[in-house]
Amino acid sequence: MNDTFKITIDGKEIEARQGQTIMDAADAAGIYIPRLCSHPDLKPIGSCRVCTVVVDGRPQAACVKPVMDGMVIENDTPAVLQHRRNIIDMMFVEGNHFCMFCEKSGNCELQALAYRFGITAPQYPFQFPEKEVDGSHPDILLDHNRCIMCARCVRASQELDGKNVFQSIGRGFHRKIGVNGEKELGDTDMAVSDRATEICPVGCIIKKRVGYEVPIGQRIYDKAPIGSDIEEVHP
Amino acid sequence: MTKKIIIEPVTRVEGHGKVTILLDEAGQVSQARLHIVEFRGFERFIQGRPYWEIPVLVQRLCGICPVSHHLAAAKAMDGIVGVDKLTPPAEKIRRLMHYGQMFQSHALHFFHLVSPDLLFGFDADPLERNVIGVARKFPYLAVQGVMMRKYGQEIIKATAGKKIHGTGAVPGGVNKNLSIEERDGFLKDIDQMLAWCRASLQIAKDYTLEHIEELADFGSFDSNHVSLVRADGAMDLYHGNLRAITATGEKIFDQIDYQSYFKYIAEEVKPWSYMKFPFISSLGPENGWYRVGPLARINACDFIDTPEAEAARKDFLSITDGKPNNITMAYHWARMIELLHAGEKIRELLNDLDLQGTDLMAKGERRGESVGLIEAPRGTLFHHYKVDENDQVTMANLIVSTTSNNTPMNLAVEGVAKKYLSGAEITEGLLNRVEVAIRAYDPCLSCATHAMGQMPLVIELEDAAGNTLDRRVRD
Ligand code: FES
Ligand code: NI
Repeated sequence: MNDTFKITIDGKEIEARQGQTIMDAADAAGIYIPRLCSHPDLKPIGSCRVCTVVVDGRPQAACVKPVMDGMVIENDTPAVLQHRRNIIDMMFVEGNHFCMFCEKSGNCELQALAYRFGITAPQYPFQFPEKEVDGSHPDILLDHNRCIMCARCVRASQELDGKNVFQSIGRGFHRKIGVNGEKELGDTDMAVSDRATEICPVGCIIKKRVGYEVPIGQRIYDKAPIGSDIEEVHP
Repeated sequence: MTKKIIIEPVTRVEGHGKVTILLDEAGQVSQARLHIVEFRGFERFIQGRPYWEIPVLVQRLCGICPVSHHLAAAKAMDGIVGVDKLTPPAEKIRRLMHYGQMFQSHALHFFHLVSPDLLFGFDADPLERNVIGVARKFPYLAVQGVMMRKYGQEIIKATAGKKIHGTGAVPGGVNKNLSIEERDGFLKDIDQMLAWCRASLQIAKDYTLEHIEELADFGSFDSNHVSLVRADGAMDLYHGNLRAITATGEKIFDQIDYQSYFKYIAEEVKPWSYMKFPFISSLGPENGWYRVGPLARINACDFIDTPEAEAARKDFLSITDGKPNNITMAYHWARMIELLHAGEKIRELLNDLDLQGTDLMAKGERRGESVGLIEAPRGTLFHHYKVDENDQVTMANLIVSTTSNNTPMNLAVEGVAKKYLSGAEITEGLLNRVEVAIRAYDPCLSCATHAMGQMPLVIELEDAAGNTLDRRVRD
């Protein structure tokens, strides 16, 4: 096949194919690049920057950057790790993330990343912003305290559910995920069976009345750190 | 000129507070006040949160009694989801969690906080009168304390998932049962634990009987007593109906469904304290205050349904001819009877195959309001919530055990101050005794103020004009 070539991640040569992103190629080779906004069933948008790698000296979002023959990529270097740590840190202080009582604890990708990066307490001051909790939908709760603006729900509703329940509205610090403009979730056609319900990486969109049903020890990241599934591809 | 004495901090009390002793014009003790440095944002913080989150969230109230709050809130939320009766495995898992908590809390309090006072005397050098001193002089006791605490904590971990911020109790049931391996691990050590419970009980009993004359006049007073009791009058630390008795054992109310607790218990606010003053409504704030906790429970119940603790209860009541015991320092003896009872209950539950049952959740019809009560290690704990049709909490009211013991603790300090204060100076002896009296109630100031973490206590002596005459701090 003439559309395959070699790229290098942290000095390790791996196979890549034309049309793949750096993340695709790394996944296939069993190299984990951390991510939050990216999801295998959604089109990547490169917004959270947790997947930042350095390509030929320049930072790039691995989830959107296409591979090119001979690319040299840094993924697991102190500078890259620190950069990602800063981004994750910011997410913690910009929202109200109380892992100790959050029902998503143990299944939360943000928390799992913090563990993987060894973040126990953020280096920036908590901002404790005022956020709303929208309980208007009979089966789904929207807790904006925990939103990280990954926009997975926006894309899942459009791309997978054929609906348009969520939008990203406002700018800068006031940016938030809105519901069909300025409505409450209960006013929309969202259903608990929608993909948008379960695609949230954090505890912002949650199914009502099932929290804590899975005991500690049996939750996703109780068993193995985030990314282990990808690293297992090529042990 | 009225004078005021302030004592701060009481060491070996869980939390932080300040004691003010007020003197009258003649320089005599007129009143003692235990103040708490407070943060009462909790009831507001809870507003808008989904109801199923509350049993986990409320554990933030107190790092010392998280399991009690977890279970009281879970019981309230059972009501919100319309469940009045849990499945047998669920109820037994919750009970095991609760007895585990009772076991570790009582063991910690006795060995870590109280045993130095009992073993070395109130006037011993504070450098010796502490848990390190106990470990040096009575190494087997210190080891026993540590092992008992650990046993209780491991039970909490096995049933709640974690020692603090566990998630085991969920509205309508529990999220896990106890595996055979976990059970066998606990069964292996239960006989040793029970032997240590008996030995601890013996220490508390011997101490009380040897010093009975002194203790009868040490911060003691007659009071009402409030506790949950089972329908047949038995002690039941996990569930029951409310009973209140007078100092001589007459019933003020009995077998009250706690869903209507607010018709029987009211709370008074005083300008000098952030802690409220609960009282029995029918008696009014002046006479309606009451005690909760081990002493109140032993006094209020008709019997204990485990044989060894029941024998110990009879023994305890024999010194007061079967009437309620009103001696403040008798709390320690009562607490050790409960420790033994918790141990016996744990053994009974471990041998019950329901703990390996898989029918863990019950369902019912949603309600808008519910109350959950439990007999926490420190006394009756009240959780009351309203939840709207969006599943969000709109109202929360909590009465923690330490708050119920507010007036009694003030009176205990007042009694001790009246007896041991001479002049306008806070002596080492007075400071020690004030600490000992407060500690009998095992107050959790952290809970009472809804503040986080551990804080220490200060004593101040104040005259009638409000001048501070003396101040003593120890941490
Ligand atoms: S995962 Fe690539 S930018 Fe979010
Ligand atoms: Ni407490």
